Amino acid sequence: MKAFLQSLVVAVLLALPLAAHAGNLTVKGSDTMVILGQRWAEEFMKKNAATKVQVTGGGSGVGLAALQNGTTEIAMSSREMKDAEKQKLRSRYNTTGTEVPVAKDGVTFYVHEGSPVNSLTVEQLRGIYVGDVTNWKQVGGPDAPIIVYSRENSSGTYSFVKDHVLDGEDYAASAQTLPGTAAVVNAVSKEKNSIGYGGAAYAKGIKELKIKVGNEEIAPSAENIKTGKYPLSRDLYFYLRNKPAGDAKAFIDFALSPEGQALVTKVGYFPVK
Amino acid sequence: MDRQATMEQGLTQTAFAPALSPAARRRQLREKAIAGIITLMAFTGIAALILIIVFVAKEALALFTDPAARHEASLSKMFLAQDVPAGRPAFRWQPVSKIPKVSMIPLFVGTLKTTVVSMMVAVPLGVFGALFAAEFAPRRLRELLKPVIELLAGIPSVVLGFFALMVMSTVVKDVFHFDRPLNAMVAGLGLALAIVPVIFTVSEDALTAVPRSYREASLALGATPWETAWKVVLPAAAPGILAACVLGFGRAIGETMIVLMASGNADVISWSLGDSARSLSATIAAEMGEVVVGSPHYSLLFFIGVQLFIFTFVLNLLASTWTKRVMRRLTGGAA
Repeated sequence: MKAFLQSLVVAVLLALPLAAHAGNLTVKGSDTMVILGQRWAEEFMKKNAATKVQVTGGGSGVGLAALQNGTTEIAMSSREMKDAEKQKLRSRYNTTGTEVPVAKDGVTFYVHEGSPVNSLTVEQLRGIYVGDVTNWKQVGGPDAPIIVYSRENSSGTYSFVKDHVLDGEDYAASAQTLPGTAAVVNAVSKEKNSIGYGGAAYAKGIKELKIKVGNEEIAPSAENIKTGKYPLSRDLYFYLRNKPAGDAKAFIDFALSPEGQALVTKVGYFPVK
Repeated sequence: MDRQATMEQGLTQTAFAPALSPAARRRQLREKAIAGIITLMAFTGIAALILIIVFVAKEALALFTDPAARHEASLSKMFLAQDVPAGRPAFRWQPVSKIPKVSMIPLFVGTLKTTVVSMMVAVPLGVFGALFAAEFAPRRLRELLKPVIELLAGIPSVVLGFFALMVMSTVVKDVFHFDRPLNAMVAGLGLALAIVPVIFTVSEDALTAVPRSYREASLALGATPWETAWKVVLPAAAPGILAACVLGFGRAIGETMIVLMASGNADVISWSLGDSARSLSATIAAEMGEVVVGSPHYSLLFFIGVQLFIFTFVLNLLASTWTKRVMRRLTGGAA
C-alpha cells in the first residue's frame, strides 16, 4: 500500500510539468455539436500532441455564458449570439466576439417508425407545436391525439424551431420538454402517436419527416441542406472573444480544413465549405 | 446526605485548587480546544445556511429593484391571469419568448401534483412498513428488512429518474391507459421510491422508541397485538411519524432529477395525473444552465428557490407546533 502511494506521488509529480507545459484549449457549448467537437479534438490531438483540447456540452447558452465568464476559449453554439450576450461580452472584454460558421445542420422532425405520416408543411408543424392541431387526423393521419415533444428552453434547437417554425410564438402548454435530443429520439421511438425534433445527426431508429413545400416533399438530406433547399437548416458556430490566435486558431483551421469538413459529414452534419 | 456534601466539597476544592499538575493542565487545555473546535463546526453549518439564504434572496431581490425585471416579471404577471391571444391559456411559463410569460401557477400545480401522488403512495408504504418491522416482524426478518430499505435511500435520484423514464413510464401508461408516457403519475411514483426509505427509517426509529411498558400494559389489559400496535404504539409514536412525513415531504418537493426526467415538464394546468407536470425544482434545474446571468429570468429562478424554501419552512413550523400539541395531550399536560 505504501509503495503504491509512493509510486502514485511520483507519477503525479512527473505528470505535473508535462501537463503544465502542454497547451490547453477548452471548447464548450451546444449539445448538438458535442460529438462533432470531440471528433475534431481527437483528430487534432493526434497531430498536435502538445495541445490538449477539452470538449464539453451543456447547451449553446451555457457555452456562450462560459465565453463571457472567461471559462472557455471557444463556445460552440447552434444559434447566433443574442444582443444581450454581445453586450455582456462588450462590457466585460470590450469585444463583440468573433463568429465562425463551422458546419451546417438541418433541424429534423421525427415521428414513430410506424406512423403513416410522411411529410408535413411548415404551417402544419407550427399548428402542432403552438397547439392548434391536436389530432393526427387534422394533418392527414389516423384519429389519435398528437403527443408533442419539445426541448428545454436552454437548447439552441428550441430557439431555432421557435424562430423558424413557430414565427416566435410560444410552444403549446401541452408540449412536453425533454433534456437532450437523444431523449427526444428515445421518447418518439417508444410512443407511436408522438412527434419530436432535433439535429439530423441523432436521427436513428425513427422516421424523419419530409417538409412539404408546394407539391414538393423535401427530405432533410445532405444536398438539400447544403444547397439551402431544405427550409429548416441552420449554421453551427464557433464563438471566440477575440480574433482566433495560437491554439484556438490552429484548431479552427483544422475544423475548416478538407479533413475537418470530412469529419463533419461522417458525424452526420453538413460541411460549410 | 452527608456523603454527598463531602463529595461536593471535594469537587469544589479540586476545581479551585491553586496548583494544577502539568498533566492536568494539558488535559484541561485539550478539553477546551476540542470544545472550541466542535462549537466552530456547529457554527460553520449555521453560517453556511445563512450565507446560502442571503445569496439566494439577494439574487431574487433584483426582481423587485431592477426596473427591467419589474416590468418583465411583476408579481401580478407571476400570479394573475394574463391577456394572451384568444384561445390560448392565460397562465403560461414561457420565460424565453418575445413577450416572456412567467406565471407560477402551472409550476405550483405541477409541484403539487407530483408531491401529492408521491406522499399518497409513500406515507402508507413507509409507515405501515415501519409498523410491521417494529411490531410484527420476527427479529431476523427485521434485521434483513431494515438495511435493504435503507439501501434504497442510497440510490442516486438520477438513477431512480432514469428507471422511471425507461421502465415505469411504459408500465404506468399501459396500466392506467394514459395518452402520454411521461406524466405526473410516473414522476410521483418515482418520487415515492426516493421518499419511502426516509419515511420508513424515521418512523421505525420512532416506533421502537416507544417504551416497552406501554406494550406490556396494553397486552396485559387483554388487547391483541394488532390493537396494541394500532391504538397504543402508533399514537405514542405520532410526533416521530409526523416528523418522518415532513422530512419525506421536504425531499419530495425539492427533489429535482426524478421529476425532470419523468414528468414531461409541460407548463400545462391540469389536475389529471395522466397529464404532464412541471415542478418548481425541475424548472430551476432545466433553465439555470443557459440563463443570462443577472437577467430577469435569472432572478426569477432564484425567486422560485426562495418560494421552495418558504414552503418547507412553513411546513416545518406547522409540523412542530402540531407535534407540541400532540405531546401535551399524550403526557396529559405535564410537560
